Amino acid sequence: MKWLSWGGVSILLSVFWGWSLFAKDQNARYLIGETTDGHHQIELACNSCHVAPFGGVELIQEACTSCHGAELALAEDSHPKSKFTDPRNAARVDLLDARYCATCHIEHRKDETHAMGVTLPEDFCFYCHEDIAEERPTHENVPFTDCLNSGCHNYHDNKALYEDFLVKHADQPALGVNPHQPARNLLEQVIAEQGFVEPMTQAGADHPASLDVSSAILDDWLQTAHAQAGISCQGCHQGKDADDWVEKPGLSACQTCHQMEAETFMQGKHGMRLAVSDELPLSPMTPAMGRLPFKLESIDTELSCTTCHGAHRFDAQKAAVESCLGCHNDEHSLNYQASPHALLHELEVAGQGNPGTGVTCATCHMPRLEGARLQRSKPEGSELEAKAVQVMHNQNDNLRPNEKMIRSVCMDCHGFPFVLDALADPELIRSNFNGQPSVHVKSIEWATER
Amino acid sequence: MKQLKPVTTISGMMKATTFGLTVASGMILSGCESEPEGISPQQFTDALHKVMESDRAVYTKQVVNRLAKDEKVIKASEHFMDEKALPLPAQMFRFGAEMVASKTDEFSYSLQSLWPINKQNAPVTEVEKTGLKFISDNPGENYYSEEELGGQKYFTAVYPDIAVAPVCASCHNEHKDTPRSDFKVGDVMGGVVIRVPLGS
Repeated sequence: MKWLSWGGVSILLSVFWGWSLFAKDQNARYLIGETTDGHHQIELACNSCHVAPFGGVELIQEACTSCHGAELALAEDSHPKSKFTDPRNAARVDLLDARYCATCHIEHRKDETHAMGVTLPEDFCFYCHEDIAEERPTHENVPFTDCLNSGCHNYHDNKALYEDFLVKHADQPALGVNPHQPARNLLEQVIAEQGFVEPMTQAGADHPASLDVSSAILDDWLQTAHAQAGISCQGCHQGKDADDWVEKPGLSACQTCHQMEAETFMQGKHGMRLAVSDELPLSPMTPAMGRLPFKLESIDTELSCTTCHGAHRFDAQKAAVESCLGCHNDEHSLNYQASPHALLHELEVAGQGNPGTGVTCATCHMPRLEGARLQRSKPEGSELEAKAVQVMHNQNDNLRPNEKMIRSVCMDCHGFPFVLDALADPELIRSNFNGQPSVHVKSIEWATER
Repeated sequence: MKQLKPVTTISGMMKATTFGLTVASGMILSGCESEPEGISPQQFTDALHKVMESDRAVYTKQVVNRLAKDEKVIKASEHFMDEKALPLPAQMFRFGAEMVASKTDEFSYSLQSLWPINKQNAPVTEVEKTGLKFISDNPGENYYSEEELGGQKYFTAVYPDIAVAPVCASCHNEHKDTPRSDFKVGDVMGGVVIRVPLGS
């Protein structure tokens, strides 16, 4: 009887776990540890990283590079895999196998994970650069735990930290001569390439006659670039067939024209759940799923294009501040309204500041970039795309390490030495840059004194 | 040096040709016809080096020295993307080596020196140290040896890398990180190290 009971229990357990394994909505049972802040949104889409059941480290590596490879290439990765595949570095690889992302970034070990998702001890630079003080006497008493401090070094992206860059920009004043962010110019680029498009009037709205469309909605639409570019109601609301009317068009409708915006949106934390394309489609991200402080009233808001932009009006001003602060409730966000950046934005909106001089949440976190600098899966896009200044919709692209923001954002207005100090000052970041840096990074002096 | 057991197969040679090393492949294939047992690793690395050395000299003399030093129409810079400049000859060589490494593990190569501007390009293994010293002390000669790295045995060849144009000597002599500032045209400034994995 005892053996019969054991057998029965074993069979039941096998059936239960087997069912869990193949019923993908039960994937949570197989999570082997809490995932990192970078991946927790897609932790139930196991196939995103574990692309095959018995793949091993090479397939995991493929998964890493399929999402992060383009970013590393644009960053001119300081430690590419090719540095470590040369047999002459075999001894180094024995110490630290830097050919694979997962050597330093082990997933499902939240308790051991440091900044940037690194799971190695923070002094890992020691493995290869133990004798750095012989070349750089200034580094004599610097602990190896400080190598990656803000304003010093990054493992991957040193485009704003390499020595000649420090020297070249060492004498810049805190504020530039003509501080402003670049203007978006996609519409101008399209007109230049395809000729002038006749703006639409209310008569061209082309919605089903049976539909009662309010004048407010029509007014909103008429004020948009959509109407200026000849996009009628049908342009967004039409389904597969001419007679289909889609009540609330989603990402796929926007994506038809706004490919770059959609692609970069799905690279960031706002949209990455929608990029998962296996047989387990994930619901859109909500603040409730996030790990930052969020406002309770928006906790279940699902994130798509219209969540931030609003339908019909597609108000870029709203999307640049109001929408962000509708959800984000951390100190940096809450301190924005009282910051010098916000004042500049108010002045620009009121017509008292020059175009581009206002600084919104989006100015820094969703910068306007030339197409060639946007992280795209097809960087070889058309010449028009390469020249057009568009909004990067992956708000995580330049977030960490924060030196990634130096060239893409901060130096549009500020001098390099000021930026280096400001980004190294956590208190200044908390106050949303309301004041002057209280810390000083010595990188520039060390570089210029050599 | 003794003739090493041929380990690189014809199919391996054919793969090597896909990297645009047409001169090398031509030599390799003709060598195969006259020696049924195949070619030696040394013949393979010698052929590869002839291609590398020639391409490197052409880029240095016809592009960098001509445009950056003689005609002064464009700079050559380590930060060529930011500076909108020409890649340095050493970078051109390294980028090619990295591209080859991403395509095959049947051979690898790098540029090294006893007087490197970038300290990562100093010799690391005993064969590299001995080889770079040998080609420096014996101008015109190459150095061949075998070594085991990461559990894999390699045939390793070290070829002299010579200052072929005035720009080679002047840039290295003037760089703030150079450990040596008396290079002149014709000097051995470093070495090209080519490795071929041996047998299984």
